[in-house]
Amino acid sequence: MPQLIKHRALADDRYTLVRDVAAPAELPDGVAVIVPLSLWLAHRGPLIARGDVGVWLAPADHPSALADDIQRLSVIAIDFPQFTDGRGYSNARLLRERYQYAGELRAVGDIGRDQLYYLAQCGFDAFVIPDGRDAPDALDSFADFSDGYQATVARTPWFRRRHLAATRDVAYPTA
Amino acid sequence: MYRYDSFDQRLVDERVAQFRDQTRRFLIGELTEDEFRPLRLQNGLYIQRHAPMFRISIPYGMLSSKQLRTLARIARGYDRGYGHFSTRQNLQLNWPRLEDVPDILAELATVQMHAIQTSGNDVRNITSDHFAGVADDEIVDPRPYCELIRQWAALHPEFAYLPRKFKIAVTGATNDRTAVWLHDVGLVLVKNDAGEIGFRVIVGGGMGRTPIIGHVIREFLPRADILNYLDAILRTYNRFGRRDNKWKARIKILVKERTPQQFARDVEDEFAHLEGGVATVPDAEFVRFDSYFTVPAYQTLSGDDSGHKAAVADNRAFGNWVKRNVHPHKVPGYAIVTLSLKRAGVPPGDATSDQMDAIADLADEFSFGEIAASHEQNLILRDVRQADLFELWMQLKPLGLATPNIGLLTDIVCCPGGDFCSLANAKSIPIAEAITRRFDDLDYLHDIGDIDINMSGCMNACGQHHIGHIGVLGVDKSGAEWYQVSIGGSQGNEASLGKVIGPSFAATDMPDVIARLIETYIDERHVDERFIDTVRRVGIEPFKERVYATTH
Repeated sequence: MPQLIKHRALADDRYTLVRDVAAPAELPDGVAVIVPLSLWLAHRGPLIARGDVGVWLAPADHPSALADDIQRLSVIAIDFPQFTDGRGYSNARLLRERYQYAGELRAVGDIGRDQLYYLAQCGFDAFVIPDGRDAPDALDSFADFSDGYQATVARTPWFRRRHLAATRDVAYPTA
Repeated sequence: MYRYDSFDQRLVDERVAQFRDQTRRFLIGELTEDEFRPLRLQNGLYIQRHAPMFRISIPYGMLSSKQLRTLARIARGYDRGYGHFSTRQNLQLNWPRLEDVPDILAELATVQMHAIQTSGNDVRNITSDHFAGVADDEIVDPRPYCELIRQWAALHPEFAYLPRKFKIAVTGATNDRTAVWLHDVGLVLVKNDAGEIGFRVIVGGGMGRTPIIGHVIREFLPRADILNYLDAILRTYNRFGRRDNKWKARIKILVKERTPQQFARDVEDEFAHLEGGVATVPDAEFVRFDSYFTVPAYQTLSGDDSGHKAAVADNRAFGNWVKRNVHPHKVPGYAIVTLSLKRAGVPPGDATSDQMDAIADLADEFSFGEIAASHEQNLILRDVRQADLFELWMQLKPLGLATPNIGLLTDIVCCPGGDFCSLANAKSIPIAEAITRRFDDLDYLHDIGDIDINMSGCMNACGQHHIGHIGVLGVDKSGAEWYQVSIGGSQGNEASLGKVIGPSFAATDMPDVIARLIETYIDERHVDERFIDTVRRVGIEPFKERVYATTH
């Protein structure tokens, strides 16, 4: 079973990610679903009426397509068909920073512990770890780095905070 | 030069720990080769023809003597006692063991070095002017800006999985020495009429399979906006760069397909959202970076040293070396010295551990303990007193580092080629060697004068053959190694791409081909005309005729 990590802990997943569906009528009854953007855009009204629906974006999808629904959606997922396709990192930042999306933002697809730190910095707060990858082990990766230089969703750039911290020059060893 | 504080050090140490664990998981089978490959590439590790190839970052080409000694020790302990200085100011080791790489990284971290993003589809080492800070044509010292951009690029969470690699060069001099027009992003530091510092921003240049000269998308970007603007460029590229075809994935293809004008508008639209945001660099930060690149304790000297002038007049060999390997310094009585890593019998850019140790000692004795690596694959002592030049030359000669050939035909720029690199179609080092042996007459070399020969073993163009006055590209023709020759390429302010002169040649023909090209130049040249000037004036036809008349 894929394992959900949410807010840096293992969690139960009440959503079903629906990848291939032509019409809302095909969706399973009584289950919270995350549907493709194309389905959402084509059947927005019925899906809103159904309730308990999230939307997932493919790498080439534009976050701007959800601009009018940002307040309505409680979960948006971004799919990583291959972990080497990094478009989702930028799309996540756009959802958080440009469109002020405040709900659950989950990464799904080909991700694992070696991606989680960067994903979290870009605004993801939920991660579906696929079968065969070790989700409990992945929790450790949030601590891979204590900080970083850049502005991200999770932090301001280090140069805006450095005066608050005690840093000191590091001497080379004398070897 | 820049020195890490505890924050910088902690990040590099954490990166070592992260990669150590990734390597462990790969070795016990928890990570597949496909899962591990991008991770190891982001730490500079290729799996190559004979063994892993490991690329160590030399940020904007700057090294302390202590760092160079550490590189020497690493090359001795984990490799075969030598390293290869690359065309992107990095150091490559050809024979380390995968299992040792975490230990090598840990040792590098003790002297504030790393291999972060020296490969992979991410922002690579920021390259710059090897004469930065001392050149007499410098408008703004690029090093503080390089360090700011290095920090921005290092471990950037959004841009670790770009469509393809991303190379940035920064220059602040009147004469470009960084090939700034041939980078994914080229940044030229300039001052506006009010004396404020900013950047001219060039995008979409590059070599490789589709060589393109870059396009200016911003004439003047205030320096405070640089990180916001880079974020805007990279985000545009990350989202819209092609990922369907590796050969069309560089930003230059996106810029070409969008047109430079439209791409500029795309970037400006993105930048409009970021401008003035938290990543705007405060003045205090520029002051802080400047403080690391202070002027060393130069002596006050009155102009050119008379003893030095006398030695040049007395000793022809020394005079030749000074003519080619010593460049003017902005401070009276000082000089910039280039140590040539090009001589017969040694692959261009290679240095042994013993040479590195010796160079570190010479840097301590003569040049404030600092060394620069150039993209022409030589090393530079940037702050030598003219009065010390003769003594330095005497010490460099037995080390094999005083070949008086900087900018001459035998100062060949060359990738590792088919001897080492699994991407290569053809060997490059033996061709460079054969040419170097053919042109062993120093007087003739000096008579030929300034000429850049660049050689790449494949389309990836690590030897930067497109900007060689003579460019040589290894090609595969039904399993055999052949060499395609172009002329008229150039780096610098008038960057141009070479034109192919015709069908390619067998390896054994190459010294003759170069000789015919040179003879054509000698016959055609006007007084004081360099090879490239003659090619520009007369075109490629006379060269082509001579070469193909004699060899085919």
